[in-house]
Amino acid sequence: MSKKTDSNVYTIIFAIAMVIVVGGLLAFTASALRPRINNNERLEKQQNILYAMGVNANDASSAVFVSTAEAPELFSKYITKQLVIQAGEVSEDENAYLIDVKKEQASAKAGNARRLPLFVGNKDGKTFYIAPIRGKGLWDAIWAYVAMDENMVVQGAYFDHKGETAGLGANIKQRYFMDDFIGESLMSNGEFKGITVAKGNNDPKNERKDDNKVDAIAGATITGDGVTAMLKSELKQYVPYFENLKNN
Amino acid sequence: MGLLSKKDAALIKDPLADNNPITIQVLGICSALAITAELEAAIVMSVSVLFVLGIGNVVISLMRNIIPSKIRIIVQLIVVAALVIIVDQVLKAFAYELSKTLSVFVGLIITNCIIMGRFEAFALANGPWRSFLDGIGNSLGYGVILIIVAFFRELLGAGTLLGFKVLGDPIEKTGVYAFGYENNGFMLLAPMALIVVGIIIWIQRSRNTALVEDH
Repeated sequence: MSKKTDSNVYTIIFAIAMVIVVGGLLAFTASALRPRINNNERLEKQQNILYAMGVNANDASSAVFVSTAEAPELFSKYITKQLVIQAGEVSEDENAYLIDVKKEQASAKAGNARRLPLFVGNKDGKTFYIAPIRGKGLWDAIWAYVAMDENMVVQGAYFDHKGETAGLGANIKQRYFMDDFIGESLMSNGEFKGITVAKGNNDPKNERKDDNKVDAIAGATITGDGVTAMLKSELKQYVPYFENLKNN
Repeated sequence: MGLLSKKDAALIKDPLADNNPITIQVLGICSALAITAELEAAIVMSVSVLFVLGIGNVVISLMRNIIPSKIRIIVQLIVVAALVIIVDQVLKAFAYELSKTLSVFVGLIITNCIIMGRFEAFALANGPWRSFLDGIGNSLGYGVILIIVAFFRELLGAGTLLGFKVLGDPIEKTGVYAFGYENNGFMLLAPMALIVVGIIIWIQRSRNTALVEDH
C-alpha cells in the first residue's frame, strides 16, 4: 500500500472526513424519518392500550393488534377519558397517552411530582382503567399496559420489551403469559399486594385467581422478577385513585 | 454455478462446509448462544447478517485503498454501525412491525465478530465483487449453523418449531406428552447452545479429519 495512507496528517484528515460524512448521513436519516417514526410510535401506543382492554384481532394463540388504519378511530371510540394524576390531583388531558413514562420516572427521581397517565375505557358497558407502566428486565427496559376494573382486578395486559432474550424473557409478550394475568387481583384483603411472577407456583393452568401469582416462564427468572417489581412499584402509585373512586 | 468461476464459487461454498465461520473459524459464538433458543429468531438474525455482511463487505472493499491502516478497525466499526442504524431507522419509518422484531438484534449485529472478521481478513484485500460473494458465503455458513442449533434447541427445549406445537401440548398432555415425555428446559439455556455447537464441530471433524487442528 502507498505511503500516502500511512501518514499522520492523512489519517487525521480521513478520520475527520469520515466522522462528518457518517454523522451527517445519520443525522439526515434520523431527522428526515422522525415524523414517520413518531406517527408509528403513536399508533402503536393506541394499539397497545386497545389490546389491554380486549380490543384486538387475536387468533387462537397469538397476540394480534387491531390494524394501524383502524387504531385512531377505535381509540376514540373505546377510550372515553384520558386522565393525568399528579400529586393527588386528577385532570383530563386528551393527549395523556403521549406522556413518556420513562421521562416521568426520571423526573420523579429528581424530586418532582410524577404525572401518572390513566386511560378510562368502556367496552360493552364495562369500564376499564388502563395504566402504562415501565420497568427493568434482564437486558433492557420492559413495559406494559395493564387494564384493571375499579377493584384493581386485572382485565387484560399487554407486555413488551426492548431486548429480552429471544425464546426466554422475550416470551412475556406471548399470549400464554399475558393472558394469565386476566382475572388476577392486585389487592389482597384490602391491601395492595401486586402480582408475583412465581416459580414453583404449581398452577401452570393458572386456575387459582386469588393468589396474587402467575406462573413464571422457565429460564426467564430475571425478566419475571422484573415484571413483578414493575407491577408492584408502578401500579402502587395508582392505589389512591382507586380508593377515591370507591369512596365517591 | 455457471455464472461464477470456480474460484468465485468456492467463496460461497467453502464457508458452508470446510471453512465454516462458526465451527472452523470459531467466530460469532456470542450470537450463536444468544438467539438460538427459537428458530424464528435464528432465521431473522441470519437474514440480517446476510444483508449487513454482503453490503458492508462491498463498502469496505471499495474503500480499501483509502483507509489509513492505523485506524482501519475503527473505520470498519463505523461502517457497520452506520449501516445497521440506517437500516433500523428506515424500517422504523416504513415497516414498523418488522423493525420491532429486529430491534433486539441491532446490537448483536454490530458486535458480531464474523462481520469484523470478514472485513479485516477479506474485504480489505479483495475487490468488491469477490468481497460480496465472500460476505454472502460466510453469512450463509453462519446462518446454517444457527438454524441447525435453533432447530434442536426449540424442538427439545420448548417442543415447538417456529412457535407451532409440533410435539403436542405440554400442559394439556396431548401428543408425545401423553406418554410421559417432558421438555428439557436445559436446552433453552445458553450452555446447551455451546454443547450443540460442540457436537456439530465433533461430527464435522470426525467426518473430515483433515480439519482437526494439531495443537
